[in-house]
Amino acid sequence: MIPEQFFIVATLLFSIGLVGVVSRRNIFVVYLSIELMLSSVNLLLVTFSRIDQSMNGSVMALLLIAVIAAEASLFLAMIIQLYRSKRSLDSDHFNLLNQNKGDL
Amino acid sequence: MILLSFIVLIPFISALVLGVIYLYDPTKPREKLYATIGVTAPAISATIALVIEAKLLSMDASTVFYYKLFDWIEIGDFHINIAFMADRLSAVMLFFITVIGTLIHLYASGYMKGDSGYGKFFSYFNLFMGSMLLLVLADNPIVMFIGWELVGLSSYLLISFYHQKHANVTAGNKAFILNRIGDFGFIIGLVVLFISLEGYGYTFAEIEANITLIDPTTLTLIAVLLFVGAMGKSAQIPLFVWLPDAMAGPTPVSALIHAATMVTAGVYMVARFSFLYNNTPDIGEFIALIGASTALLGAIIASFQNDIKKILAYSTMSQLGYMFIAVGLGAYSSGIFHVFTHAFFKALLFMGAGAIIIALHHEQNIFKMGGLKEKLKWVYIPMLIATLAISGIPPFAGFFSKDAILITAFSSGHHSIWVMGTITAFLTAYYMFRLLFVVFLAPSKKAQKLEPLPNSMIVPLLILAVGSATAGLLGVPEALGGSNLFASFVALPDKPLHIPHSTEYLLSALNITLALLGVALAYKLFARAVHEPLNNSAWRFVVVNKFYIDELYTLLIVKPLLILSRLLLYLIDGKIIDNIINLIIYSYRRVGVSVASLQNGKVRYYAFYILIGVSFISTSMLILLGGF
Repeated sequence: MIPEQFFIVATLLFSIGLVGVVSRRNIFVVYLSIELMLSSVNLLLVTFSRIDQSMNGSVMALLLIAVIAAEASLFLAMIIQLYRSKRSLDSDHFNLLNQNKGDL
Repeated sequence: MILLSFIVLIPFISALVLGVIYLYDPTKPREKLYATIGVTAPAISATIALVIEAKLLSMDASTVFYYKLFDWIEIGDFHINIAFMADRLSAVMLFFITVIGTLIHLYASGYMKGDSGYGKFFSYFNLFMGSMLLLVLADNPIVMFIGWELVGLSSYLLISFYHQKHANVTAGNKAFILNRIGDFGFIIGLVVLFISLEGYGYTFAEIEANITLIDPTTLTLIAVLLFVGAMGKSAQIPLFVWLPDAMAGPTPVSALIHAATMVTAGVYMVARFSFLYNNTPDIGEFIALIGASTALLGAIIASFQNDIKKILAYSTMSQLGYMFIAVGLGAYSSGIFHVFTHAFFKALLFMGAGAIIIALHHEQNIFKMGGLKEKLKWVYIPMLIATLAISGIPPFAGFFSKDAILITAFSSGHHSIWVMGTITAFLTAYYMFRLLFVVFLAPSKKAQKLEPLPNSMIVPLLILAVGSATAGLLGVPEALGGSNLFASFVALPDKPLHIPHSTEYLLSALNITLALLGVALAYKLFARAVHEPLNNSAWRFVVVNKFYIDELYTLLIVKPLLILSRLLLYLIDGKIIDNIINLIIYSYRRVGVSVASLQNGKVRYYAFYILIGVSFISTSMLILLGGF
């Protein structure tokens, strides 16, 4: 086994996820990108577990999959709630934290 | 000697008490109370002063009474005490400041009757006396400077006392500002003195002991700077223009400024620093020359004035010139002697003038008076004595002091100074008798009903008349069979005179002759029917307008200063400095807005910032830890 290949795949997955969070405006796509990053972390955990010849990492990865599944249901519920409040899936419309009134 | 501090503190305390009572209810008429407090305080000071002088008289010439009130400043080796010192020079000043000051206070209690600011007036008046006493009793130049400044302040308050009229306020400002110029020189002089002594002397005694530590050039600089202070306070050329304007105040104020306080401060200061001026004879000659020019200028202007108080003001300026001739040429005791005799007759002249002004319902033009000899007999007799005294007719006070100064000027070899002094003596007799003849002898133009004068105004005149007649006898010179008690009493380091008695007789005779000539000329021109002279010739016109010196100062100093200030205001301040500040404000706001736009509430931007931050941190960690 060549762990570097797994590292590269994990890094790629994480980068794609991060860029997706930053650049895409559709909440669904943002959510998918977050999932992608979580998967890359899972992949890393499993890889290290294999390198270490110990099951700790694999157990953690299994646990994570369960948590991600629970989180997915929460996330989808939240997206529905957001859509109901603004009738939009564009993340730029949800800017309540905006303090900048743009005056000079 | 704790009594010393009482002399100074009592007028200050009573000024405070009067001020508080007045401010508590300014409209309530309490003239009796104010007058009682206001006159009692200087009277107590005078009594204590007399006790101290009696003690000094019976002791050795080098006796100095000393009292330390408290430590004021104490930093390392630097000690400034609030301390009082009375040697014989201070005692002389003390004598006439307190005694004549008390008489002027008494006179003022009558003069100011009916004025709405009666309590305020006496509060200022006591403050004035207290400041002057602080000045002459100071044991070190710094405390002296405090007194010096307080004198300036109280003169300002009193000159613009009738502040409802704008001209009076301007006069007060003028006096204050011109004094400030002088004070500036004075304090710079003191600073240079202290620096060059390198901490070896803060009191007069220590400075005198260590004066040789200073190199001659610095000493000259100090002497000049200190004299600039004296120029301002004692109204010498070129800082004299405030003195005539100071007539805007009530007449007792003029009497106090011109006789007992303020203007004598400069002469006193030069005499106090006699040890310094004895080491800088060049500066002494310069002082004498300024004095002589001032004396002559004052006398010429006085000869052409019509306002009774203006005549007396210029006469003071002229007499101060004499005092500076004396102290400049090293005849300190003669200078102080003239201060002493001048205090008597000038206080008397001003108070007499005030009495006339009150009697004639505030008329000040002498050509509108006349024929008052019979009606104001008790003003006429004292005024006559004072006029004889100031004109230098023996045996009245002014003769001896003025004669001593002119003899000093002659024997010093500076004949130009002597000539100016002698011409001034002639003019003095002329303009003073001109005033006397026009006011008292010339027939009056219209019958006037005179305001009755209270006794409190007449009694001080009579007391001072006795003083003016006899004060000179204290300083009868050896040539005239006396022993000059005054000079041996004050014991100042005078330069010795080398002049035979025969020359002295000749000079005295010349002075008397000139004075009598002046009287005769005044009699011929003014004793009979007179009319106000018309300013028909160019010369008269120039002199009546005081040689246009005020206008010259306006043109040369005030105008350029105004233009420069406007330039600074509109160009430097308005355009350059304001714009720099506006630019700074603008850039702060600009930066603020740019940074604020980062915080736009959009989550993906925040994620992006995190991305940048994390990338930066991990890249730098890779570089630092040697990943690459």
